[in-house]
Amino acid sequence: MTEQDYVIQIENLTKIYQMGEIKVHALCGVSFNVSLGEILAIMGPSGSGKSTLMNMIGCLDTPTDGNYYLDGELVSTLVDDELAEVRNRKIGFVFQQFNLLPRATALANVTLPLRYSGHNKNPKELALNALEAVGLADRVDHRPNELSGGQQQRVAIARALVNNPAIILADEPTGNLDSTSGEEIMKLLISLNKNNGTTLLIVTHDAEVAGMAQRVIHLRDGLIENEEKRW
Amino acid sequence: MNIFLNIKEAIGSLSANKLRSLLTILGIVIGVASVIALLSLGESAGDSITGEIESIGTNVIYILQGNTNEEVTNPKDLTLRDAQALAASTQASEIAYVAPVFTGSAKITQADRSVSTSILGITPDYQHVQNLNMAEGVFISAAQVEGRSAVVVLGPSRAEQFFGRSSGVVGNTIRIGGYPYRIVGVAEAKGGSAFNNPDNNIYIPISTAQARLPRSGAPDRVQFILASMINSDQADLAIRQIRTVLRRVHRIPPRSPDDFTLLNQQDFLAVAATITNVLTIFLGGIGAISLLVGGIGIMNIMLVSVTERTREIGLRKALGARKTDILVQFLTESVLLSLFGGMIGIALGWAISTVVSQIATRSGTPLEIAVTLNSVLLATLFSAAVGVFFGYYPANRAANLAPVEALRYE
Repeated sequence: MTEQDYVIQIENLTKIYQMGEIKVHALCGVSFNVSLGEILAIMGPSGSGKSTLMNMIGCLDTPTDGNYYLDGELVSTLVDDELAEVRNRKIGFVFQQFNLLPRATALANVTLPLRYSGHNKNPKELALNALEAVGLADRVDHRPNELSGGQQQRVAIARALVNNPAIILADEPTGNLDSTSGEEIMKLLISLNKNNGTTLLIVTHDAEVAGMAQRVIHLRDGLIENEEKRW
Repeated sequence: MNIFLNIKEAIGSLSANKLRSLLTILGIVIGVASVIALLSLGESAGDSITGEIESIGTNVIYILQGNTNEEVTNPKDLTLRDAQALAASTQASEIAYVAPVFTGSAKITQADRSVSTSILGITPDYQHVQNLNMAEGVFISAAQVEGRSAVVVLGPSRAEQFFGRSSGVVGNTIRIGGYPYRIVGVAEAKGGSAFNNPDNNIYIPISTAQARLPRSGAPDRVQFILASMINSDQADLAIRQIRTVLRRVHRIPPRSPDDFTLLNQQDFLAVAATITNVLTIFLGGIGAISLLVGGIGIMNIMLVSVTERTREIGLRKALGARKTDILVQFLTESVLLSLFGGMIGIALGWAISTVVSQIATRSGTPLEIAVTLNSVLLATLFSAAVGVFFGYYPANRAANLAPVEALRYE
């Protein structure tokens, strides 16, 4: 595999939080790569540095040390507004809590990332396409409180897709759903990966969810404990 | 970033908390309403004062007792003798007529009507100085002043007030301070409004006034003296002449300050302009304080709103919103709040000044209100500025939230 095929390259990523006098080592030098089109699950108990790693990969926070290349670009040294742009163009977030704007329609929620990228000629069309891809073409004018949990998460996935990102970063995507809806959401994510080749990173503690990934990385105490390749 | 989308979104989130938004803008509404109402009323009061002063006439010089600018030791009262000296002096060549005025208040009764008001004790020349024409009868004569006669000339509004008509009242008698006075004339209406309407005046001979109205000081003291000029272009010369004569009569040593004050219309206008400016600044200041309080209210609510929407801010940042996007979003909300408050305030202020002017007109003091474009623009700009100023801190706080922590906020 050549370097260009890696969508994520992480080298010796370290994060130290300063909590008053105490230094907390949340990540102690983590290195791994993610190939284009891969499905990767990150698992680990609480306190393992799972959330910290996800924040780094999501460009929501910057590492203390180490390099992070996303889509060929070194992003670990970028500052606030540059990171915002990277998040906007390259990362699609799916959260456990859905995080939809409560007063906005499904369509408006999906259009939101496009507003921050500016130069889109037809944001409405792009948003409608994304909603169709998650099977909600008939729910575009509904507000979150008029949708089921599964449907809300679909809207969130459509929002993640709309800017055609390099990776989709899903943080416990099924954590707030019943098992049936959760299964459907996972199926949807996997089919999007199959059909569009979107790289998918899932942070979860649910072994069943992780079981659908090609590769699982187990974190413990800020280090990669082991790595299993499923298929 | 689309400004219309921003405004639409801001309206959406403000109307999600309608009551809160309305209560928040109340401070701005009150502030702007008071600025608009007070400025327009202040301005129209100023206009009416100016109109009043202009009706004095450009050729009249007021001579008042005392000196407001300099300390005077042992000032002398203005007296009838001063007036006589002015009228007789060959040095006062620019002076046409001199009219000393003694005023005092007394109770006037006619049939079952009774009113306490001020009475003007005057000499025949008062008619010339003030260009009074008679609607009927005659003005007070020198003989009547000489003889301390109990005669009276009424302004037309007074005739109307006491007799219900402004003609055919000559020959009737009214009581002033208990003494009966025969009406010898009614003046023609001069118009003018508000504070010092000549149509409301009541004139009696100055000698009668000095004898019968309450007084203090020298026996022939007068409150002020009016002097008319032959040529109103020569006001400076006329004033110099009056000074010379009065200083001599009052025996003021050289280099000592005058113990009297000379004012012509220009001086009055200047004084009135100063007063109305102070009034306008004062009233504007009250409004500005309300705006300040309103602005603090907006800041407070925006801070609450930022805290409440921390997760939303985190989400927007995760989706790619830059600092400026968040800043503009919250600034738009605070500016919309205060602009909306400003507009309601303008309407309310307009309504208040209209009502006040109606009340003033009903009670006999026509007050032309003037809500000027300037004050509306000023209020709009000012409230927008309040929105930006007091919205900036909360918006900046929102813009600087760390996305990780904001997303995790419960």
